[in-house]
Amino acid sequence: MKNLKFRSLSLAIIVCIVSLLFSSCGYEYVDLELRGKYDRSLEGTVLTVYNWGEYISDGSDGTIDVNREFEKLTGIKVNYLTFESNETMFSQVENGGVNYDIVIPSDYMIQRMIKEGMLDEIDTTALSNYDLIADDYKGVYFDPEEKYSVPFNVGMVGIIYNGKYIKDIEHSWNVLWDEKYKDMALNFNNPRDAFMTAQILQGTDLNSTNEKEWEAAAELLKKGKKNLQGYVMDEVYGKMETGEAYIAPYYAGDYLTMVETNPDLKFFYPKEGTNIFIDSACILKSAENKAAAMMYINFLLEPDIATANADYIGYASPNTAVINNKDYYYYGNEILYPKKEDMPPVQYYHDIDEKIRRKYELLWIDIKLY
Amino acid sequence: MKNKSLGSKLLSAPYIVWAALFIIVPLIIMLYFALTNEAGVFTLANLSEIGKYKKAFGLSILYAAIATVITLLLAYPMAYFMTKLKISSQRMLLLIVMLPMWMNFLIRTYSWISILANTGIINTFLGKLGLGPVQLMYTPGAVILGMVYDFIPYMILPIYSVMSKLDKSLLEASEDLGANAFVKFKKVILPLTRPGIISGITMVFVPSVSTFYISQKLGGNKTMLIGDAIEYLFNLGVDYYNIASAISMVLMIMILVCLFVMNRFNDDDDGGVVI
Repeated sequence: MKNLKFRSLSLAIIVCIVSLLFSSCGYEYVDLELRGKYDRSLEGTVLTVYNWGEYISDGSDGTIDVNREFEKLTGIKVNYLTFESNETMFSQVENGGVNYDIVIPSDYMIQRMIKEGMLDEIDTTALSNYDLIADDYKGVYFDPEEKYSVPFNVGMVGIIYNGKYIKDIEHSWNVLWDEKYKDMALNFNNPRDAFMTAQILQGTDLNSTNEKEWEAAAELLKKGKKNLQGYVMDEVYGKMETGEAYIAPYYAGDYLTMVETNPDLKFFYPKEGTNIFIDSACILKSAENKAAAMMYINFLLEPDIATANADYIGYASPNTAVINNKDYYYYGNEILYPKKEDMPPVQYYHDIDEKIRRKYELLWIDIKLY
Repeated sequence: MKNKSLGSKLLSAPYIVWAALFIIVPLIIMLYFALTNEAGVFTLANLSEIGKYKKAFGLSILYAAIATVITLLLAYPMAYFMTKLKISSQRMLLLIVMLPMWMNFLIRTYSWISILANTGIINTFLGKLGLGPVQLMYTPGAVILGMVYDFIPYMILPIYSVMSKLDKSLLEASEDLGANAFVKFKKVILPLTRPGIISGITMVFVPSVSTFYISQKLGGNKTMLIGDAIEYLFNLGVDYYNIASAISMVLMIMILVCLFVMNRFNDDDDGGVVI
């Protein structure tokens, strides 16, 4: 009798534990069919991913936790770190303090990292999902032979403003200099993007090799400084959502995130033109877990995962499986995917000659100390 | 002293190793970068480039000096007031002074944003009265306020600790000799609490002059203090390590000179020595 009681009790405990295990670790979202595509041969290894902040679906508000799903699928531990700018990322990778496997920088930075020999070649034929990427974003200037990078996100800069306080606004970069908006507007807190706002207004090339043109842009930025509330990067979210600032240039995708919180926010692409970018996944030459990196990059391209990321991040996706997915939250969104006739003139950033880069990096100090 | 036993030497060994690794070695690395060019060849060229940053140095010193004066003016009467209370009340007040220090410095700085912002507490209140909004955030005043708030405990604590050890009989003696309150303060209390003042000034001025976080979050990145310049340059990558190290070195030398001058004021060597 005693024995039987003990047995039934232990059975009950086992059932509880097993059901707990299933409920906490079971598949919550990812299709089981992915199990066949991703083996667990690298189980227990670590993959270090270095990406922009707020740039992956992280499981908040019932979204898919992409890194967690990848861990569950492959048993690979994802060490996920974030950066705030391409330049910070570059100096961290160059420092070599942490061994990163995957980085997701922007176009011009990829061009620079290829030039400096920091990136490993990616065999795109080994990525079963590579064909999902739209042709427009394949073989762009920084990686014409599609050897080093796999497009992750696309975006354009525009101007966000608060329609509650500003009714009529000129669709131009001029608004950042307009004294009507003194102490209301923000600008980027990094030299390249801040210079862009001035360069487009002056009609100069964003990748100009003429130092005079950079100096002229710096002069324009100095002139505009006292009119601005401040220079920010990711803080722009809070500033615009709470109505702390009324005007800020930022990425279209971020506007879509902000407008969810504050429906008064409006957006336009300045008529003078703007900057377009592609952020792509790259594998570093110094990566220690390249096989896992390939798996991760392919995983990011999976239709469900890419859609989850596109839903969460709100940037335009280069992935046709996302763009054509009717369940995609931003399906047909005209800010992310403007019609041909609504497209503003766009320019990519290119990696800039070291002399010019130093020039504007130091000019930025002059602007701040002006 | 001669009678340092092996035991006491061993006891200090862990810290000496620590200091060598994390204080001396980094200093040598900084000096190396400051005095070499990108190819690693000795040069003084980095130092000649520093002229470009004189405004950043000037602003940092100015802001830090103002913040130090304000903290001193707030802290000194506070410390004096505290020593006049019952021991239990003193402990309570000490706790209140230290309480903010238990919170992370970044969070403390960040919380000012919700107070000073256009949509923050002060401006919302002003709005209710039909005033404002006044641009409080992203001004030099906000940066100085942040410094004062973050570092004031470092001013109160040393002054309080010196003041609470003040020998009451000296005060009585001065009264017996006919000193009025002002003379008593000037001739007795002030000189005796000077070591506390000096170490308080140091502990507020030094972190203020080299801060970068406060100026970025409360100053809106509109100016560049010297700490911001160093941070900016280091973040640009190895190309700028030499100039950034040179600025750091000059900043350290300036701080050392300040401390040296301060120590001259503090001629009686009764434990208040700063370095």
